[in-house]
Amino acid sequence: MDFSAINPLVLLASIMVASTPIVLAAIGELVVEKAGVLNLGVEGMMITGAVCGFVAAVLSGSPTVGFIAAAIGGALLSLLFGILTQFLQSNQVATGLALTLFGLGLSALVGQGYVGIKAPPTPDIHIPLLADIPVIGRIVFQHDLMVYFSIALIGVVWAVLKYSRIGLILRAVGENHDAAHALGYKVVRIRLLAIMFGGACAGLGGAYLSLIRVPQWTEGMTAGAGWIALAIVVFASWRPWRVLLGAYLFGGVTVLQLNLQAAGIAIPVEYLSMSPYLITILVLVIMSSNRNRAALGAPAALGRSFHASS
Amino acid sequence: MLRLEKRPAPSRFWSASAPILAVVLTMIAGGILFAFLGKNPVEAIRTIFWDPIFGEFAFYYRGQLLVKAAPLILIAIGLSLGFRAGIWNIGAEGQYIMGAIFGAGAGLAFYPSDSFLIFPLMIVAGAFGGWIWAMIPAILKTRFGTNEILVSLMLVYVAEAILASMSSGLLRNPDGMGFPGSRNFKEFPAAHNDFIIEAAGIHWGVVFAFLAVISTYVLLSRHLLGFQIRLTGESPRAARFAGVNPSLLIVFCLGLSGALAGLAGLFEVSGPAGQISIDFNSGYGFTAIIVAFLGRLNPIGILLAGLLMALTYIGGEAAQGNLGLPAAAIQLLQGMLLFFLLAVDVLSNFRIRRTKNEVA
Repeated sequence: MDFSAINPLVLLASIMVASTPIVLAAIGELVVEKAGVLNLGVEGMMITGAVCGFVAAVLSGSPTVGFIAAAIGGALLSLLFGILTQFLQSNQVATGLALTLFGLGLSALVGQGYVGIKAPPTPDIHIPLLADIPVIGRIVFQHDLMVYFSIALIGVVWAVLKYSRIGLILRAVGENHDAAHALGYKVVRIRLLAIMFGGACAGLGGAYLSLIRVPQWTEGMTAGAGWIALAIVVFASWRPWRVLLGAYLFGGVTVLQLNLQAAGIAIPVEYLSMSPYLITILVLVIMSSNRNRAALGAPAALGRSFHASS
Repeated sequence: MLRLEKRPAPSRFWSASAPILAVVLTMIAGGILFAFLGKNPVEAIRTIFWDPIFGEFAFYYRGQLLVKAAPLILIAIGLSLGFRAGIWNIGAEGQYIMGAIFGAGAGLAFYPSDSFLIFPLMIVAGAFGGWIWAMIPAILKTRFGTNEILVSLMLVYVAEAILASMSSGLLRNPDGMGFPGSRNFKEFPAAHNDFIIEAAGIHWGVVFAFLAVISTYVLLSRHLLGFQIRLTGESPRAARFAGVNPSLLIVFCLGLSGALAGLAGLFEVSGPAGQISIDFNSGYGFTAIIVAFLGRLNPIGILLAGLLMALTYIGGEAAQGNLGLPAAAIQLLQGMLLFFLLAVDVLSNFRIRRTKNEVA
């Protein structure tokens, strides 16, 4: 074992990269759940985004095109979920699971000819002045654009939910769809848009995995990241900034265990690689054990389907 | 304009025919997909759904049908009870793996004994492995109110890591020259889940699957516990007033589905798969979710749905070999089936009415 192989600077810097896919997927799901819809298909939308983004980026040679394609792919897949749950009144849990199974199959099919190819590189940007600060500059200000985009997105979602009229309507729909309907808001339309936003975010998160974090396409490469994003939303009690905190904590664990693997610690690799999932469970237990705190943020109409009787 | 009107009670006709309609729609959509992949759609659909039962080489495939269907039915039967009561165990894949590890471990511990007690012991150990793995989300749910969906799913990844560790560590074949993977059960007769009737593909797992179907049918239609499960699903509030203990129900449903998934894993590892290896699990735990819904959470329906889904596996393999259809296309087809089923389900709960343009 050789702890000196772990460079704390690189470790801290890679936490931001490791967390970004989950930040993106979780903030999307937060908006969906705030609108009162539980979409368990995050994993399916993420992996579809990963493959769409990868294929588009390889074909066009531009990661930007890849990310746009991933967002569109994720949104289209989520639209399927939206139509089924919002118009055809299907069970949200079952449909979300179906979306994941479908997305895994679809992505494997689309990505067939792309295994083993490298994605076009995404440049890291050096923020002038800030990037030159010793230590902190290297950790925080020398990443690719998507890292900053994900943080900005959290800020935007927080501000919109908290201060804007759109956010108020979205929350009203999620808290009590009957009352929102009576006030004349188009419950189904608002929920559909929220679902598609969630799909686009999950798609971006997936593409971040296949284009920057890994950067390759392999079948089933999301490996539960979508489910972890769902857990992070619960952990965050449906508050945007806590999503960021949760995702970074989780990313920290992932990066740390990878580094410990590389350093050759005495714990077998298999047991280290299960640690992120165990910690997610632990976090869920801690959050749910205090019932008052857990119930505080949950939208009241979460997971209930809405059918206007007249 | 079309408008949906909620039926006072679900239509019996449509809830029985929705799965059939979903299968037909899946075949059509699948045909379009195969045409896109440059295959003859009619031939592909025939290879998947028709040839394994009625085609030239059907004598070979028919035996495979029960071998593939048994684990799906075993797992789906367990899941269906929980799904009925609104308890979502989606980590059956993990319970399946743990059942296989516990069962195989119990057998391998006594290698090379030839006692007739070994196989029954393995069955008990397999069921216990799945049960204990399902107890984790059950206890966390009843004690802390933790979401069982996320916990049971996270445990799948943990189980996969344990499987990888076991096959290259504790359970590795000592005579395997360092290669990962356990001893092969085919060379360990006392622990081998051999065919009882080879031509029909009947091994002990198939027997247990049929037993599970029958006893669940009896449980749901004749037993108080079955009534409580159905009541909780249809009206949780009424169930509470009727004195149903929700914690007990959660522990029972999760525990039973875990034990059945564990059994499926044990029968698979000691029979068709033959050994513990890193890629031993093949997604049965997730496909069983589709089977449970396709069978309308009804034991008899699950039996039929399990056979149909086994058919897509076997036909899919044949189509891979004969037509060069990618394996992922079959996975996609299975996912599509669940989508169509959920979509056409609207017909059993709602009536479609044409609305006249009203004059204001």
